[in-house]
Amino acid sequence: MNAIIISAFLGVVMMFASWSIKGENKQKNIALFGLIILILANLAQLNGWYVADIDTKNMLSFTRFGLYTNTLFYCLTFIYIWINGEEISKIGNHVADFYALFFFILCGASILTSFDNLLMLFIGIEILSIPLYILTGSDKKSLFSNEAAIKYFLMGSFSTGVLLLGITFIYGATGSFKLMPPDASIQYEQFMFSGGLILIFAAMNFKVSAAPFHFWTPDVYDGAPTVFTSFMATIAKSAGFIAFINIYLVQYKAFEKTWVIILPLGIVSTLLVGNVTAVFQRSVKRMLTYSSIAQAGFMLFALYGTSNFANEGILLYIVVYSLASIGIFAVLIKMKENSFEAFHGLAKTHPLLAFLTTVFLCSLAGIPITGGFFAKYYMINAVLIAGAGIWLVVVAMIFASISVYYYFKLIQAMYFVPGTPAIGELDKSYTYKLAVIAILILVLGVFPNLLFNYLYF
Amino acid sequence: MPIQYYIYLCLALFSIGVTGVLTRRNAIVVFMCIELMLNAVNLLLVAFSKMFHGYALIENATSTTGIDAQIFVFFIMVVAAAEVSVGLAIIVMMYRNTHSVDINFLNRLKN
Repeated sequence: MNAIIISAFLGVVMMFASWSIKGENKQKNIALFGLIILILANLAQLNGWYVADIDTKNMLSFTRFGLYTNTLFYCLTFIYIWINGEEISKIGNHVADFYALFFFILCGASILTSFDNLLMLFIGIEILSIPLYILTGSDKKSLFSNEAAIKYFLMGSFSTGVLLLGITFIYGATGSFKLMPPDASIQYEQFMFSGGLILIFAAMNFKVSAAPFHFWTPDVYDGAPTVFTSFMATIAKSAGFIAFINIYLVQYKAFEKTWVIILPLGIVSTLLVGNVTAVFQRSVKRMLTYSSIAQAGFMLFALYGTSNFANEGILLYIVVYSLASIGIFAVLIKMKENSFEAFHGLAKTHPLLAFLTTVFLCSLAGIPITGGFFAKYYMINAVLIAGAGIWLVVVAMIFASISVYYYFKLIQAMYFVPGTPAIGELDKSYTYKLAVIAILILVLGVFPNLLFNYLYF
Repeated sequence: MPIQYYIYLCLALFSIGVTGVLTRRNAIVVFMCIELMLNAVNLLLVAFSKMFHGYALIENATSTTGIDAQIFVFFIMVVAAAEVSVGLAIIVMMYRNTHSVDINFLNRLKN
């Protein structure tokens, strides 16, 4: 509750800061300070201290897992703003507005980690998506940004309509919006109940960009300003995943027989589309958007089980994937163009930057001693514990090895192709900030337990 | 009136909305069709609310069952209004750059 109230409040504060406080650096510092307050308030709630003790009538339920996920989202946003602050201020005239939108997105994300009612699911998803439409279109003069925004907006509200129809059908069948496992003793209206479940499943798949509802992702991520792509592909998407897992484990688990076909189909097609299409991309940004679809396929494995491996795995996956993506997008921002050619010979001129990029790419590909390895290991172990069948694991491994190809294509471009990199101005401090991310990834790759200790005590 | 009539009506409205989104090329018309989808859902929610309320009244004359669906409708309206404000702003922004609201124009990102 603390986080939801304070993030919404901080959003309003940032809107006021937009005209009352001059100076982009100052506004960025206010945003960072606000995030620290948010993290502290959320930790306070973990220890039983409330800003306002509100009876939510069981519409929200605050679990330790949800609150801890919130903390991770805020920390990731902190790192994101800390690194990309200067880039954000190059877009548009009013930087503080973007920070306000980030806080509203975080408010939506905090609702999505704790909803216990389909109404709150809907509200959370909308609070999360509407600021994202604005962020996508924030580069007002660029036609690409416009196109991405309008596509995202039209498809996003279309999927909202589908989600609402699904919720309504479930209400029609059960007479309640509460998130609960279906009661075996009651004979529900079969058409409406299963229809509702399928519609919600489709809409949630759309929100997390899983195949066959991924078609918007490449265009939107490609057209949006790169700084905001970095945010959309990491934190906003992860919040969608937490909501999806939340609703799936409660409402769908009872029908495991039906979903035993649909879920693996969705996962395999997501992995297929993401990995195979990424191989053929000539733009690094577009390759990364397809790779984010492919990573979504791995994250969907968390739907399989309630085991510790699934819970811990999704958290580790979110953190490691977000860190690596924020890092690689931060490198891409500094490039003058998005093609692979821009990276030629980067290792000669900027050895440290090239090394850090290699760490991020290895983590995305899941090479050991980077965090990505344990993230993939946990997810696959969760599937095995849930008993979903060894073939799914084999398929996942094959696609993971395909992903190595296109990630290493970039490493090859940096180290083994001579040329002059098309890189813009680069501060020393910027590289060191990226080094902090790389160190975090390496630490999580050796001691993944560091992340989970707090989950239980 | 049986609830089936409402369900058929709402599904028909929703399908009209979906068809419009898939076939029309004018961004504003597409947008109106999305609103139509949302309003079809609103109508269905109110119908279900009335139905559950009717069932509950048989057992308890002062029951408030079904009121949550009507509150949900208000939430949908508010969120739809927020979406309209953002959506129209995006469409205006597109119009300023391209002097058209035709979404066929939007195919630059493909290659």
